[in-house]
Amino acid sequence: MSTDLDSLYQEIILDHYKNPHHQGLREPFEAEVHHVNPTCGDEVTLRVHLRDGRVEDVSYDALGCSISQAAASVMTDLVIGKPVDDAMRIHEEFLTLMQGKGSVEPDEEVLEDGIAFAGVAKFPARIKCALLSWMAWKDATTTAQLEETPAEKTPVEETQ
Amino acid sequence: MEGLLPDLEVVRKDFPILARVMADGLPLVYLDSANTSQKPQVVIDTMVDHLERHNANIARAMHQLGAEATAAYEDARDKVAAFLGAPDRDEVVFTKNASEALNLAANTLAWPGERQVGPGDEIVITEMEHHSNIVPWQLLCERTGATLRWFGLTEDGLLDLSNADDLISERTKVVSMTWVSNMLGTVNDVAAMARRAHAVGALLVVDASQAAPQLPIDLAAMAEDERPDLLAFTGHKVVGPTGIGVLWGRRAVLDQLPPFLGGGEMIETVTMERSTYAPIPHKFEAGTPPIVEAVGLGAAVDYLSVLGMDHVHRHEQAVTAYALEGLQTVPGLTVLGPLDASRRGGAISFEIPGVHPHDVATVLDTRGIAVRAGHHCAKPAHQRFGVQSSTRMSSYLYTTPAEIDALVEGLEYTRSYFKLD
Repeated sequence: MSTDLDSLYQEIILDHYKNPHHQGLREPFEAEVHHVNPTCGDEVTLRVHLRDGRVEDVSYDALGCSISQAAASVMTDLVIGKPVDDAMRIHEEFLTLMQGKGSVEPDEEVLEDGIAFAGVAKFPARIKCALLSWMAWKDATTTAQLEETPAEKTPVEETQ
Repeated sequence: MEGLLPDLEVVRKDFPILARVMADGLPLVYLDSANTSQKPQVVIDTMVDHLERHNANIARAMHQLGAEATAAYEDARDKVAAFLGAPDRDEVVFTKNASEALNLAANTLAWPGERQVGPGDEIVITEMEHHSNIVPWQLLCERTGATLRWFGLTEDGLLDLSNADDLISERTKVVSMTWVSNMLGTVNDVAAMARRAHAVGALLVVDASQAAPQLPIDLAAMAEDERPDLLAFTGHKVVGPTGIGVLWGRRAVLDQLPPFLGGGEMIETVTMERSTYAPIPHKFEAGTPPIVEAVGLGAAVDYLSVLGMDHVHRHEQAVTAYALEGLQTVPGLTVLGPLDASRRGGAISFEIPGVHPHDVATVLDTRGIAVRAGHHCAKPAHQRFGVQSSTRMSSYLYTTPAEIDALVEGLEYTRSYFKLD
């Protein structure tokens, strides 16, 4: 029984849950979104700051289970500093992993700590938890890209 | 243990699913009955028999099967009427579920008719309602210009009645309240609320989705001014199938409300210009109804009546008391809602600081234990207690003390798995 459980709750996931990376809401940002999982009430407020086609920063405030919290932390590790196109490809790869019902072999080169979520794909009820912040990031990034063109625009943001 | 159903082991054999073996060969511990109850063999067999031998459309087919199907459907109405102690069997309206029953009430009260709600009128609900008894009234208020008000909750999860005289006034047209909370377990005093509502000429609507499975209900035995005006419940929580719910209403009130959905079966006569409507209950049953589901519900409430709702209630109270005691031995665990089993139903929501309810539910699930995690469609009540979500165990007539022990052990294991010590 605990083998199944251990495949879900990898040490990496529990570590990110206890010590989440890039947590908190920061400025500047071009887009802020609020996503919820209506079935369970998990929620995330997430900001994206892009510069010259790169993901400069992703900051967030999330409420939810260990899987959703850890996913937010791992996601920021993976996308911050990357060109938006590359980050979108990582997002696609993660989505494929989550939707693969446990049959997709994750590529550690691409997903790094994200491979720890491979076990989540076998728990249908938890897939949405792992995807919540990724979906929020994609949504915010798409909005920010519209804001960002032309690339040299410096964001001016109101305080708070 | 005092109060358990006699022959509990025999009763459990009526429910084939309780013999299910879960992943890793573990027995099922089903503690999610407030979400949906399991079904006894007699309900399954009755539905299969109806489909195999009596299936036809009702109230229109001029053949033997049509007559049998009609009789079976109307028999189910008689059985539900008996289950509720309804003063009149025609006061029982079949709907799709409890949500539809409550929406029927809230919609028809918004439309022109003797009971139409308008600007300046007030609708009063409570903070412990299921979303099904909040959203329809919000919609009614948005559509009519009426104002929505609500009773708050006390720290121990009871209705805060301190401002009742202010909340319920001559402006109040409808009071809608749950009988038993699906999250806090609180049992509300329907008779007292009915007296308050009736004193100002308002209707009392009762959401009995959690009460009907657990409490003996005898509407005819209630004093006239203590009886609700409309009452809703759903089939699948009373060991019946999904897809069937009930709206019971006083004849005088149902007669005053305009039709809800238009269509076949709800008419008296139709011309191209206008129609006249069938008397209750058919006035509110447009189109082919969920026939086999109604038949299944009839078998379900009969099953409960044979067990005896007094016995079912006593069993729930005994198991709930045992569960409250057991849960409180888990370090750090807090129960949301009243701690006195005699004042509550069988749904117990709780929190364990440091472990999210989803994670609790997942760990329990790997041990074959089914509970619910989340906001249980009662977000405002969670907000009231400053929690985003909770874990909920809910027992029923087939729940054993050993299953509660398994839950408590599972929670201890959860704590150690997440290294809370």
